Amino acid sequence: MLTSKHTLVAMVTDKPGVLNRAASLFRRRGFNIDSITVGHSELPHVSRMTIVVVGSSAMVEQVRKQLEKLVDVIKVADVTGEGTIIRELALIKVKAVSTTRSEIMQIVDIFRAKIVDVAADSLTIEATGDEDKLSSLYNMLRGFGIKELARTGCVAMVRGGAKSAAIDKESLKDIQ
Amino acid sequence: MKKTGSQILCECLINEGVDVMFGILGGVIIPFYDTLPQYPQLKHILVAHEQGGAHAAEGYARATGKVGVCIATSGPGATNLVTGIADAYMDSVPLVAITGQVTRPLIGKDAFQEIDITGITLPITKHNYLVTDTASLAKIVKEAFFLARTGRPGPVLIDIPKDVLTSLTEFVYPDRISLPGYKPTVQGHPSQINKAARLINESNKPLIIAGRGAIISQAYDELKQLAEVAQIPVITTLLGISSFPESHILSYGWLGMHGMAYANLAVEECDLVIAIGMRFDDRVTGKISGFAPNAKIIHIDIDPAEIGKNVRVDVPIVGDIKPVLQSLNKDIDRVDHIEWISRMDTLRKEHPSINIRDTESIIPQYVIRQIYEITKGDSIVVTGVGQHQMWTAQHFWFDKPNSLITSGGLGTMGYGLPAAMGAKVAFPEETVWCIDGDGSFQMNIQELGTIARENIAVKIAIMNNGFLGMVRQWQELFYEKRYVATPLRCPDFVKVADAYNIPGITVKNKIDVIPSIKKAMETEGPFLLNFIVEPEENVYPMVPAGAALSEVLEEPLKKVRCK
Ligand SMILES: Cc1ncc(C[n+]2csc(CCOP(=O)(O)OP(=O)(O)O)c2C)c(N)n1
Repeated sequence: MLTSKHTLVAMVTDKPGVLNRAASLFRRRGFNIDSITVGHSELPHVSRMTIVVVGSSAMVEQVRKQLEKLVDVIKVADVTGEGTIIRELALIKVKAVSTTRSEIMQIVDIFRAKIVDVAADSLTIEATGDEDKLSSLYNMLRGFGIKELARTGCVAMVRGGAKSAAIDKESLKDIQ
Repeated sequence: MKKTGSQILCECLINEGVDVMFGILGGVIIPFYDTLPQYPQLKHILVAHEQGGAHAAEGYARATGKVGVCIATSGPGATNLVTGIADAYMDSVPLVAITGQVTRPLIGKDAFQEIDITGITLPITKHNYLVTDTASLAKIVKEAFFLARTGRPGPVLIDIPKDVLTSLTEFVYPDRISLPGYKPTVQGHPSQINKAARLINESNKPLIIAGRGAIISQAYDELKQLAEVAQIPVITTLLGISSFPESHILSYGWLGMHGMAYANLAVEECDLVIAIGMRFDDRVTGKISGFAPNAKIIHIDIDPAEIGKNVRVDVPIVGDIKPVLQSLNKDIDRVDHIEWISRMDTLRKEHPSINIRDTESIIPQYVIRQIYEITKGDSIVVTGVGQHQMWTAQHFWFDKPNSLITSGGLGTMGYGLPAAMGAKVAFPEETVWCIDGDGSFQMNIQELGTIARENIAVKIAIMNNGFLGMVRQWQELFYEKRYVATPLRCPDFVKVADAYNIPGITVKNKIDVIPSIKKAMETEGPFLLNFIVEPEENVYPMVPAGAALSEVLEEPLKKVRCK
């Protein structure tokens, strides 16, 4: 079956355990999750989860429906597609000595990343972008020796006026 | 006025229409029990084991359609509920389980009898709650009952720390519920219903497969109307038995692993499956790739996640069965499908499936048939899990709506006795038979104590074959008769019953079967019949695990293929 990467955005009530409920669901139904992130949304008491999942469209549809079945999940949208901005942040600590430092700095420049810490034997780089950009940056730096890597997982938003992930505020007025 | 958490809980339970609860108390939940005398309308039945309490609440819920309630203390009390909660989850039974928890300051400290029961039951509840302050208790209880009984019903657990029960707070009963993430679809989408009607009107060999959803929705009349107007044969799933009268001329039994061969073969031949409130369990479909190979599928279910989960569906309709069928029936043409019906009758004639052999010894099929004859089918029948369960489903004819209560999804041995107890408590005027296996019966045999103390007049018929029969059958057929760990040495069940002051008879001869059943019926109160049956009788038809429905075995190793 044809598999591809899908990005789902779930609006959830920010009750304790809601991330646990989602994660437990993925585990128990054998859904393979690439990344899951959660944080505040524009609405009080509502968090926004971004889930990246690889699978056939039937399987991703099951993920979406099963997620929507959770009482704390208000809405799930599959935002996969051209019109979606997907971003991830990475911190990369790379080995750097006097002979390699400027070369690394050039790469950082090309990727519009930032150097956020300099030490005698390393540089720490902060980069944001979609998954492909971060992966190619990582690949470019690998030759110098990666000491540490931290990636946040993706967040996503549909461009322009479209509001596929947004929810009706009226329906939320009683959430505490 | 200020009230304690315990008082608030009681008032909420009364508001939800609870009249009986099954439970066992313990340290942290004493405060709740301590307030019960203030609320005499809340009847509490002390069970012998929390699993029995959970199944009793399930039996009550399945018989009435109302929410069943079970109560346990923290730690082992709560964990003992787990099997019952899982059973309710699998069979969509409305259940509210209330557990005590250690006081809030002790949570997370591995305190005595502290267990993370909300964590444990996360994947087997529709939703669960740990109550963190008394002020939110009323709202939570209201939500819990609402969630348990609406949409696709299921179990909801409420875990309440002891100090939440004892704290005082202003009691305000919430007048409404706000759950923005929970909005079950009730009415089917008109254009989908239209498409379904068109498919039905165009089809030559339509087949209805009705599941427990039809029972939950009480869509008996609508289902009958659909079948009769368009002359559509009806088969059910195991859990759909009694959604449609089995002696109806359009009833063709039930499908699946031990369903009637003609029902299974009909699935292969039909050109349209109308799946109503069922979820295509593997025990029902057999090998999925071989399921209904020539048919389009209409799937009606209230749970959108069930649609497309196991089989490809041509026309999905999300909604409550009753209103969906009401709309659908308006668009159905009156036709007679004479050829298809007569083909179904031929299938039934060629594959009789449920004939009972004339034997000298007692076979369970015969006993069950006699219970049917003597009760004239006017009974709620509850079973354990195993061969006896399948024989009950095959040889008792269920005409009365919602008259079979059996553990389908989880297949929980030990379900029979406590669930029968719950059903009888719900309907004291009805006859309730518990048809059990000697293995299953022993898994919650302790509830004889509850039945005796409360004088719950359940009639118990044990098919005592001296084996964990269903597993023995698999060993016989697929493991060259290596009967590892399946022979049982049971106690004398009549003596056990006697120890509880419950009368009983052991029946060894066939001529005593009928009189003994009559005796049980005539005796007031509970009664136990211990039928010593043929030890190595097998359940047929059988679709071996992983085989297609058309590969149904009708007699030992004689394969029947369609066409
Ligand atoms: C709690 C539980 N444990 C194990 C099983 C596996 N199992 C299924 S049927 C069966 C045998 C049941 O024996 P009995 O109750 O005597 O009924 P019979 O099949 O002999 O009619 C077993 C062990 C189960 N379904 N449930």
